Amino acid sequence: MTPLGEHWDLSIRELALEAISAARAEAPQVRPEAFYVANMLAPALSRQSQLGALLADFVGLRGIEAMTVEAAGASGGAALRQAYLALKSGMIQSVLVVGAEKVTDRVGSEVDAALATMTDTDYEAIQGITPTAQAALLMRRYLHEYHAPQDALAGFSLNAHANGASNPLAMFQKAIRPEQYSKAPMVSDPINMFDASPIVDGAAAILLACRDTIPANHDHPLVKIAASAMSSTAVALHDQPDPLVISSAVSSVQKAFEQAKLSLEDIDLFELHDSFSIMAALSLEAAGFASKGEGWKLAADGAIALDGKIPICTFGGSKARGEAGGATGVMQVVEVVRQLQALAGKNQVSNAKIGMAQCLGGIGATAVTHILTHFKDH
Amino acid sequence: MELSQHWRLKQQRYSLVGEICPYCEGKIFPPRDICPDCGNEAKTTFQFNGKGEIYSFTTVRQAPAGHEENAPYTLALVRLEEGPMVAAQLTDLDDQAVEIGMPVEMVTRKLRSEGERGLLIYGYKFRPILKAA
Repeated sequence: MTPLGEHWDLSIRELALEAISAARAEAPQVRPEAFYVANMLAPALSRQSQLGALLADFVGLRGIEAMTVEAAGASGGAALRQAYLALKSGMIQSVLVVGAEKVTDRVGSEVDAALATMTDTDYEAIQGITPTAQAALLMRRYLHEYHAPQDALAGFSLNAHANGASNPLAMFQKAIRPEQYSKAPMVSDPINMFDASPIVDGAAAILLACRDTIPANHDHPLVKIAASAMSSTAVALHDQPDPLVISSAVSSVQKAFEQAKLSLEDIDLFELHDSFSIMAALSLEAAGFASKGEGWKLAADGAIALDGKIPICTFGGSKARGEAGGATGVMQVVEVVRQLQALAGKNQVSNAKIGMAQCLGGIGATAVTHILTHFKDH
Repeated sequence: MELSQHWRLKQQRYSLVGEICPYCEGKIFPPRDICPDCGNEAKTTFQFNGKGEIYSFTTVRQAPAGHEENAPYTLALVRLEEGPMVAAQLTDLDDQAVEIGMPVEMVTRKLRSEGERGLLIYGYKFRPILKAA
């Protein structure tokens, strides 16, 4: 995984190559048979489609089966899901997945317009709606309907920045104080600067393989995908039966628990998609860690900290690590893997055995949930 | 130019024409031909009366390309009297404070323009319903 930030000197090819080289160095004996790229913004911001072939060629995999998987901010999880299905089909034994995003070649309103393509173009974007505005509409209704205090969601930002402070790859490596949150300028009220994640450049890569293709002398701790589940709902906020319930997240978590034969109590950490602090609260509620309208209390009472009941955003999440669009879902899984491998350094969740990652497209039209566990040889 | 993309939505944009499901009588906006509630075919057109109340709202300061000239603007989710929700800008607010639950009605306004020689795109916005003194 690359650092997140404004990489003026690197193109999407070089970002992808850096992440892929690091991933493949951990398993040099495994040559991937397929290559999936998670990306959402290259056609709009870089005038580049067909990233599958482009990046495969650039990273030395010319000839390989390759494609791009796009599901807005859920692209990363969706690409991993496709890799999982390919392996399960038995037709492919190893897949390389890279999530890569290059945002900062453009600035300001052009980026906002590109991001607005993940809303309903005919009925939302035409009105000037952006993902930030969608999140603001949700947050205002949330605070109103549940009588939550104005700074109810501050804890999500404080936790993210506290964890980002010790992540050398994070965009922001500095903790913030509660008064900084409450004094922050509004982006789209009631969303302030510390409720919204920065959208920047970055890449992450994961090599997935069937167990019997990995040599016995492989010297990195292996992690297993215990569940992989994906659901969708309407893209437009106005089309959700209850906008305060991310129904795709509810459904994908349920499917994931059924597949893994696990339940909430088994999860040691949860990398959720905090593109906005309201999305963190709604994701915790959708997964069942809090009942409806109570998600914010988990942040307020410290339950989401590294030593809390359900640690989230353990490397800073989208808020502090940085949000890299289609790459985010891959980054989350890299972070869960590092936790399970006990390689998380100062960000380590003690005794982490089972981790969950969930990425969302927009305000949750797509949700992809993965559960990862230690690999036990039987 | 995205002429046909906007032209084919003129009934929705100018007069809130949606659909009604002949099976469950659910009102549908935007039209989608398949009822989201019961899953049956729903192609009967239905004219919404344009009245509703505010479900949530926000102000956009940093507008996406194409909307800069309107910034800052207030966006709302409006729950229409007939049931569906619609996303739209609020207009004619003057100094009036916006609140959740506030009654609003549809009006036709310019949504965006695409440069001096480009399209002018009109469509629905919502304004507060004036109370009789």
